[in-house]
Amino acid sequence: MKTEAIITENLIRKFGDFAAVNGISFKVRAGEIFGFLGANGAGKTTAIKVLTGLLAPTSGNAFVAGYNVYTEAEKIKKSIGYMSQKFSLYDDLTVRENIRFYGGIYGLSGSDLKRKSSEVIEIVGLGNAEKKRVASLPLGWKQKLAFSVALLHGPKIVFLDEPTSGVDPITRRQFWEMIYQASEKGVTIFVTTHYLDEAEYCDRVSIMVDGKIKALDTPAKLKESFHAKTIEEVFVRMAGKKREGMIKQA
Amino acid sequence: MNTFAGFVIKEFRQIYRDKRTLIVLLGMPVIMMILFGFAIRNEITNARFAILDFSNDEVTRAITRQLAMSNSVTLADHLTGYHEVENLFREGIVRAVVVFEQDFASKLMRDRTADVQVITDATDPNLAGLLQMYTSRIIDDYIISINAGQQLPVAGVIPEIRMMYNPELRSANLFVPGLIAVILMLISAMMTSISITREKELGSMEILLVSPLKPHHIIIGKVLPFLVLSIINIVTILMLAKFVFGVPFKGSYLLFFVEASLFILTALALGVFISSIANNQQTAMMVSLAGLLLPTVLLSGFIFPIASMPEILQWLSHIIPAKWFLIIVRSIMLKGGDIMILWKETLILLAFTLIFIGLSMKKFNVRMS
Repeated sequence: MKTEAIITENLIRKFGDFAAVNGISFKVRAGEIFGFLGANGAGKTTAIKVLTGLLAPTSGNAFVAGYNVYTEAEKIKKSIGYMSQKFSLYDDLTVRENIRFYGGIYGLSGSDLKRKSSEVIEIVGLGNAEKKRVASLPLGWKQKLAFSVALLHGPKIVFLDEPTSGVDPITRRQFWEMIYQASEKGVTIFVTTHYLDEAEYCDRVSIMVDGKIKALDTPAKLKESFHAKTIEEVFVRMAGKKREGMIKQA
Repeated sequence: MNTFAGFVIKEFRQIYRDKRTLIVLLGMPVIMMILFGFAIRNEITNARFAILDFSNDEVTRAITRQLAMSNSVTLADHLTGYHEVENLFREGIVRAVVVFEQDFASKLMRDRTADVQVITDATDPNLAGLLQMYTSRIIDDYIISINAGQQLPVAGVIPEIRMMYNPELRSANLFVPGLIAVILMLISAMMTSISITREKELGSMEILLVSPLKPHHIIIGKVLPFLVLSIINIVTILMLAKFVFGVPFKGSYLLFFVEASLFILTALALGVFISSIANNQQTAMMVSLAGLLLPTVLLSGFIFPIASMPEILQWLSHIIPAKWFLIIVRSIMLKGGDIMILWKETLILLAFTLIFIGLSMKKFNVRMS
């Protein structure tokens, strides 16, 4: 079995002449919590879309869960979970209906689906709210539920696109505890975030600037090599350089 | 298959949950039928008119009585001079004034001709035209009846008019087929496009596309509930048409439902196509309303006859699917048309459907790569 959950080799995705992802190469180890950082517009979202099969790469190679993104997209889809910041669950369906729906589209059924649904409801602690519509839940609960739902079908890798934006600090802490639990069970976590204190929780962090990966290491080593106290400092120095340059040009 | 079934259940559930929209979708055909059936009529009832009688003899009084007895018009006033006419029109009290010249009866006896003038308020040209037709017909009828015994020499050509398929010229017979087209467009095309763009707007479309669900599963799952709703609506309209408005149904119900299903497919394909170019619900709705509903109402021959349109619009009407569907439905319902007669229109609809399905599939694939 491969120990790499994700491998990219000189991966490029262009929109017309503009390369949103401009030749990135990195490896994510199985079971790792991998922080994928970058300023808005750096190309993070495009990279995630390529890795999850929403967009085809323009050139380069990428393997997710050992499968080729060009030829084995269907197998990749079954091996990954995905949670986006924009959407978590259908507001007009109840907690249980949402869980059953996602289980259903990933091919779970019958007693298996029933058992897993109940498990999720218990883990998230929504026992007495399972018949409530998701619209009535606070955002933090929704995000925790969405994360559990993304894990429902037992994926090898979970992609989390800014999962904690807009969530209060206590819920964020609980959310990260759930991430750790999943990681301990061997699930690879690929997470983007704008909260740079969260980057410290990751095993390794990459920083993307202008479609390229400019730094990739453990949080401790990154801080060391940049002589910075926090990841935030590192990030601002890397992503900020470009911004200052743009301001000077203007 | 199981993943697909789960998706379809969710779609039905969401539509059923949204009670307000559901009531609108199921109630709309009923409300539209009642509105069109009772409010929009080509036949007139109770339009008010006045008489300006300079002669006031036996004949003019008899004609006035005939007019007053009609269900279409109501006698509102007797005038004494032309100066009153304009005031009455301006205040909207009457819509028409019938003027008899002096010595009407004696002129009629002596010269075999006498002048009667019908003045109408043409701010509403349709009504004015109809009133003119009505009054002159009643007057003609009366003159013919008093001449009946006298064997008058008749000069020239008198056309004998016979209206086929809708002899009473009932507007219900005309609008029911059109209404079916409008409602199917509204529900199938607009609601589908809104439902798909909503998933895009929410961001759930990404989640669905990342899942093992195939894109065509998503499209079919989205479309199915509206297919069911559309068929329920067709049945509602047909029942109302038959039992409330007494519209005849001469052709085969089977053929009708086959053709209607074809048109629903056209509309659903259009809806999917719109959702592939629109990125949010508002755009989808505006495009559906302006791009589908308006042409369906205005250019399909639903309300305004295509034959009376300028040539450019007549050409344009060829690319409105509803036009062909209307020809088919009117023929089946009123003339008992069968597939031998309607194969050409059916093929055109089929071509539209295939083109739109092809276009939206292409568009969807382009977005994916």
